[in-house]
Amino acid sequence: MIVCMFERWAKSAVTGFVCIVLSLAGCVAATAAELRIGLGADVTSLDPHFLNVAPNNNAAWQVYDALTHVDANARLIPGLAVSWRAVDSTTWEFKLRKDVKFHDGSAFSAEDVIFSLERPATLSASPGPFTGFVKPIVAKKIIDPWTLQLKTAAPYAMLPYDLNSIFIVSKKAASGASTEDFNSGKAAIGTGPYKLSRFARGDRIELARNDSYWGAQNGKLAPWDKVTLRILPADTARIAALLAGDVDAIENIPTADLTRLKANAKFRLEQKVSWRTLFLHLDQYRDHPPHLSDKSGKPLAKNPFKDVRVRMAMSKAINRRAIVERVMEGNAIEAGNLVSPPVFGHVAALKPETYDPKAAKDLLAEAGYPDGFALTLYAPNNRYVNDEQLAQTVAQMLARVGILTRVETLPASVYFGKARAGEFSFALLGWGSFSGDLALRALLATPNAAKGYGAWNWGHYSNPKADGLLEQGFATLDEKKREALAREAATLALKDVPVILLHHQLASWAMRKEIAYEARTDEYTFARDFRRR
Amino acid sequence: MPAFVIRRLLQSVLVLGVMSLLVFAGVYAIGNPVDILIDPQAGQADIARAISALGLDRPLVEQYLIFLRQALAGDLGNSFVYNVPAIQLILERMPATLELALAATTLAVLLGIPLGLWAGLAPDSWQGKLIMSGSILGFSLPTFWVGLLLIMLFAVELGWLPASGRGPTTEFLGVQVSFLSWDGMRHLILPAINLALFKLSLIIRLTRAGTREALLQDYVKFARAKGLSNARVVGVHVLKNIMIPVVTVIGLEFGSVIAFAIVTESIFGWPGMGKLIIDSINVLDRPVIVAYLLVIVFLVILINLAVDIVYSLLDPRVRIGEAQA
Repeated sequence: MIVCMFERWAKSAVTGFVCIVLSLAGCVAATAAELRIGLGADVTSLDPHFLNVAPNNNAAWQVYDALTHVDANARLIPGLAVSWRAVDSTTWEFKLRKDVKFHDGSAFSAEDVIFSLERPATLSASPGPFTGFVKPIVAKKIIDPWTLQLKTAAPYAMLPYDLNSIFIVSKKAASGASTEDFNSGKAAIGTGPYKLSRFARGDRIELARNDSYWGAQNGKLAPWDKVTLRILPADTARIAALLAGDVDAIENIPTADLTRLKANAKFRLEQKVSWRTLFLHLDQYRDHPPHLSDKSGKPLAKNPFKDVRVRMAMSKAINRRAIVERVMEGNAIEAGNLVSPPVFGHVAALKPETYDPKAAKDLLAEAGYPDGFALTLYAPNNRYVNDEQLAQTVAQMLARVGILTRVETLPASVYFGKARAGEFSFALLGWGSFSGDLALRALLATPNAAKGYGAWNWGHYSNPKADGLLEQGFATLDEKKREALAREAATLALKDVPVILLHHQLASWAMRKEIAYEARTDEYTFARDFRRR
Repeated sequence: MPAFVIRRLLQSVLVLGVMSLLVFAGVYAIGNPVDILIDPQAGQADIARAISALGLDRPLVEQYLIFLRQALAGDLGNSFVYNVPAIQLILERMPATLELALAATTLAVLLGIPLGLWAGLAPDSWQGKLIMSGSILGFSLPTFWVGLLLIMLFAVELGWLPASGRGPTTEFLGVQVSFLSWDGMRHLILPAINLALFKLSLIIRLTRAGTREALLQDYVKFARAKGLSNARVVGVHVLKNIMIPVVTVIGLEFGSVIAFAIVTESIFGWPGMGKLIIDSINVLDRPVIVAYLLVIVFLVILINLAVDIVYSLLDPRVRIGEAQA
């Protein structure tokens, strides 16, 4: 009897306790809004000036601001600088935002900017330094605490763009700080929408809302008090975490899962055309490029890629619509430009080449290759969305017009070193750029180490007229005129089919039905841009 | 015995030296991280400067000698991409991997030995047959696939357990562990089962084979003839004799469990060493790759040494050091 009563009491006590715990949990969930995001790549360091790679920058953007920001369309907008203008041809003046506070409560001023501009050069042992962005600055002058003048040696229009990549840290907190001081949060004092609470390397980054953030939209702060960025580089782990409710949103969705998520009523997708364009580089400088022969394996008399008719034929042989619909499962758009539609310098008049295998064969015959030839297409197999399948598809399309194509794919770690060393003559590359002229400078300008032109021009395409337009554009401080020059240069260069353009990728995010995200062309995942619906 | 241990440790130094040279040359042959990590807008001069700042433009021999000099002073170098000492990165991740490996091994032993005994004692019963067919599945199903299945069932469909990550950690004997809290335990269950499955099957088969063999031995017949209880015959005479191969295999397999943890760690987003090494290989972060492999080789050497010692304790006929005499 007593046992019985005890049991009943215990049972009710347990039930009561469970009820209390549940209701408490409900309470907590209702007041402290937490957002948990699954990131697709590892963040190696929270020192914002150490390694310039997208995952690290993505994390830094939660905590820091730069003088200039970019909007969802990858267009430049004011950040910590409210405005900027060219005082003369080599001097830029930046007006800084007043009343901005760092996370520790100290005021932001031009001193912090100068400190932040100088800090990257002090971190020498970086495989991806930020120094390139501040290199053009030859002198810095503080006019007053909120006005700053930066001098360049030559007229340089890109400075406001470059300064988008330099995060502004607090001089007080970051003086003499090591990478570990940033990781521990001691030196990680920024002006951004979130404060760093904890960084567990390889696992998660915990953030708390900065209640005095200057960039509160329409006077409203982001609805999340607390944000946890979970690091989940394995696609399966990231998707599973979303499906199981471990996280509220994830970035970088594999195309195979997009279809499934679209059909699931519990989740929603946000997509936007990314700034990443995929294309094929063709060797246009060597007389006998490697991995190129006639169909019996004998070397060719000359390099067919030097003939524009051959390049045009190869471009016409590619069925871009099929690539977009099949290989990319609809998550890409056909490319006729080096940069995607929202980006500065995109030329709407340049349309994707139409698929015309008959014309391709005719052009090949006209160029002296009625039977085609044989080549090897190289591609990475873990860098771009479906890169290996893409290479296989391109190979089959080329085979259809008589170009016997073998495919060789390599992991990115091996691929890029070999590509830079000139070991391939026909190779896949993906490129994301702020602006058309920057993309042209890196990809299609005549290689010139002293000027920093053509650093990724694997095919050594050269068009002095386009180079001239580019140079003129970089010295043109008026944005409208510069964009016109960038468009002119792009039109001129792309007429020669210097590369075979394929497609622009779409960037994707998936999240619970109840929240929304403003998808971005630059592929960044900003906690502050997630909203309740 | 001390002479034996010292000799083994000296041999291990040689192994570590050869290992470091191989890895060093291998990563050098693949390329350098600057080609992968440099900003796309960077010019040729920027690229050259970054390569030379990391000392990667020097001849391989010179780079290796610099590494060797620093390594002998106890410094395995800073990670290129994390910018902290490589050894610190590895030691920071090691508790997570060891916790997972130990949990998996414990699970495999606690389930594998009783199940193997059962199957060995009653090989023709339906239970025995079920255990054996189950162990074939455990052997043949790929870890990757089983992991996904576990996640889909227990995390996504049923929602009982979290799909990924490690739970909150607490300090235990100076190490950050997660199994002491309920939430930490919940995170540990699925990856531990996934990692344990292969070893569980192995132990079941070993124990069963050992049991069947031991049951036919004279000393077991003698024990039964003496009228000892079945529990004592199995629990003492049989079990003790089949432990020798089982302990050897558990020990040797512990090293491979740490290595196999890479797959489980990536599926379950477990922040261990395996995830670190995969990321490091992808960006050719040589200091971390070298340090990781040195640590793993050292661990395996230590485990083998421990197995030899335990072996000698279990089997009085084995005398350590005699082999060299």
